[in-house]
Amino acid sequence: MNRKFASLAGAVVVSFGVTGAASAAECIAPANPGGGWDFTCRQIGKIMHDIGAVDKPVQVTNMAGGGGGLAFTHVVTERSDDADLIVAASSATSTRLAQNAYAGMTADQVRFVGAIGADPGVVVVAADSPYQSLNDLVDAIKANPGELAFAGGSAVGGFDHLKPLMILQRAGIEDVRAVKYIGVDGGADAITQTVGGFTQAMSGDMSEIVGFLKSGDVRALAVLTEERVPGFEDIPTAKEQGIDVVAVNWRGLYVPKDVSDDTFNMWADRLQKVADSAEWQEAMAANGLAPFTKVGGDFQSYVDGVVAEIRTLSKEIGVIQ
Amino acid sequence: MDLFANLAIGFGIALSPFTLMLAVFGCFIGTIIGALPGLGPSNGVAILIPLTFSMGLDATSALVLMTAVYYGAMYGGRISSILLNIPGDEPALMTTLDGYPMAKQGRAGDALVISGVASFTGAFLSTIGLMLLAPLLARVAFQFGPAEYFALYMLAFATLGGIASNNQAKAAIASCIGLAIAMIGVDNNSGLPRLTFGNLHLFDGIDFLVAIVGLFAIAEVFFFIESHGKNTSIGVKLDKVRIPFKDIISTGWTQLRGSLIGFVAGVLPGAGASLGSFLAYMGEKSIAGEEGKFGTGVPRGVAAPEAGNNAAAGGALVPMLTLGVPGSGTTAVLLALLMTLNITPGPTLFTERPEVVWGLIASLLIANFVLLLMNVPMVKVFVKVLSVPPWILLPGVTMISFVGIFSLSGSYFDLLLMVAFGVLGWVLRKLDVPTVPIILGILLGGHMEDALRRAMVLSDGNITYLWSSPIAIGLWVVAIAGFVAPMFLRGVLKKPQRVSD
Repeated sequence: MNRKFASLAGAVVVSFGVTGAASAAECIAPANPGGGWDFTCRQIGKIMHDIGAVDKPVQVTNMAGGGGGLAFTHVVTERSDDADLIVAASSATSTRLAQNAYAGMTADQVRFVGAIGADPGVVVVAADSPYQSLNDLVDAIKANPGELAFAGGSAVGGFDHLKPLMILQRAGIEDVRAVKYIGVDGGADAITQTVGGFTQAMSGDMSEIVGFLKSGDVRALAVLTEERVPGFEDIPTAKEQGIDVVAVNWRGLYVPKDVSDDTFNMWADRLQKVADSAEWQEAMAANGLAPFTKVGGDFQSYVDGVVAEIRTLSKEIGVIQ
Repeated sequence: MDLFANLAIGFGIALSPFTLMLAVFGCFIGTIIGALPGLGPSNGVAILIPLTFSMGLDATSALVLMTAVYYGAMYGGRISSILLNIPGDEPALMTTLDGYPMAKQGRAGDALVISGVASFTGAFLSTIGLMLLAPLLARVAFQFGPAEYFALYMLAFATLGGIASNNQAKAAIASCIGLAIAMIGVDNNSGLPRLTFGNLHLFDGIDFLVAIVGLFAIAEVFFFIESHGKNTSIGVKLDKVRIPFKDIISTGWTQLRGSLIGFVAGVLPGAGASLGSFLAYMGEKSIAGEEGKFGTGVPRGVAAPEAGNNAAAGGALVPMLTLGVPGSGTTAVLLALLMTLNITPGPTLFTERPEVVWGLIASLLIANFVLLLMNVPMVKVFVKVLSVPPWILLPGVTMISFVGIFSLSGSYFDLLLMVAFGVLGWVLRKLDVPTVPIILGILLGGHMEDALRRAMVLSDGNITYLWSSPIAIGLWVVAIAGFVAPMFLRGVLKKPQRVSD
């Protein structure tokens, strides 16, 4: 009997691993289930199939490792001409590429096909915090650089760490490295640390704070976009408070480098269809994403620009040599 | 009352024939997933997520199915712990300590029934706790900063010496090996890789499932090969399975205490089910003292960790639903499912989507009863595993281990690593060094280090920060007492039996 169980469970495992290997497209989420990349693959894959942009359901493969580096290496070295492969990417991908965190791999070894939504960067404090505006916070840091700490969901040197550094740099603080930052397990955890009073501010993405904003546990000091985010009009941008920082965590895809231009354009079209669909609008609204659609060559040049900018900043703050 | 009105909504959703069928199906699949070494609740749930999409389930149904699988896996994990001395999943680790000795005494059936009932108690009480206290308990997470977490992990390690071995020094060496393995990977605080030797596969560290399956299952296979199939520890005597009412009643308080400890551990984000079962076992052991004969195959030693880990499973849903902070690996996967279904967990979930929350709670209660029925009367089915000769069973275990580990990451490197852990397990057992502390070191070491490093960043390296709050001081006092007490008591009382065979 137990062996029946075993073979049954085995069959379940095998069938999920193998089905669709023949012709259905595959989306690699370079992380374990549960994060933003996993969300990107599952949501975009599901909508592509629901709206008929692809014939068969997109298979999602989780390939965690090296902060996405393992999947990147896998795509570059083993599947560089696979036309049925898409890989989830975000600002973290470009940040790590810019900081040389993928063991020497560079951004030009794949093709960035498009982004269809972005999670705006935010700075929040606990509801009972004395800081009412971004400038209050910046002034407090200017007065006592070592006294205040930020919490964020990414490791030191990651995107959530870079955001406050960029703010402080634009605000004229010279030694930005004196400001403390702790990287915890995700944005929600960073909020609990901030609400608990262990850190004074949290740097994260809009999607991470939506629930806590509604419940009144936190107050958003600034959103790091060009203009105020639809649905969150009462949160001022950093720009209008005199600190010109724009940092959004885009959600998008890359494809292998050696696919034909036709394949590249086909994926760009499919992504555009998803972006235009009602399902995606709904998914974005529910997850705190702001519209941010760039596909095809347009997106490739955007990524190139971002990589260059982050590389310069990372050198200035000493994250890389 | 609001509560009953809410529950009525919940049962209205959960008692539809289709949802009920999903719950039963989920419980069954979950129990199997839990029982298979290597396939733990988190990858089990992850593997099954695509199923909910292809079945076109709505949010509530999908959640019912997946949480039934989750609870089922927590029940199932004990089965291979007891029968094979191989934990089916990481939280079932502590169940091997008394469950397997019980099975060797010919009480496999009893151990399975007692642990099944304890699982029910733990899961049932924690579901009630989730229902009554969730919004309240969510605030507890705000009280735990880096210093408090560090003290909590300190408590776990301070009480570690006494388990699994009659030699404290060997247990300490084993924990250090575990902690050293936990260091491998990218350092969260500097972003620099440590001990990876430039190997990209090691950047995220070593998955504890790889270590567990290697140290337990693969090492067992090596022993089997070495002995040419003779004298292997697999091959337990079997008697008729009946319900040991006496033991169930006598472990009543143990189950209640285990549930409470497990639930609290589950509520703390990041602590999770493994810490729940560990603390429940250690707590019960220290209450029982040396006369409790923990480690020799006593019913209380089976009841405590099982009540603890199942209660922690329910507890872990509290921060996941109310804060969006997953309390364990599996709840992280469930979080992914919720977000894909356009449900954002957080402080407002209970008021904004009552049908989801209460439907979930009602179906958890139902799943629990289904699981009790499935795991007590049907326990004979699982005991049948013993009648399969080892030369069939072990290759089967090996195959499942390889498939399970490969499904984690799809990387052959993990398979090699698993075999390396098997060799390590074989050597260590030859040297009589217990392997349980190694696993706990890998499991908790990373979290403990992160907590310490964050505390040091916040306090500018001031070590007194670690005991600067009442909660932290309380945890330190218990930790020091737990570490020192056995040293003085050892002369007075006789040594615990060894259980590492």
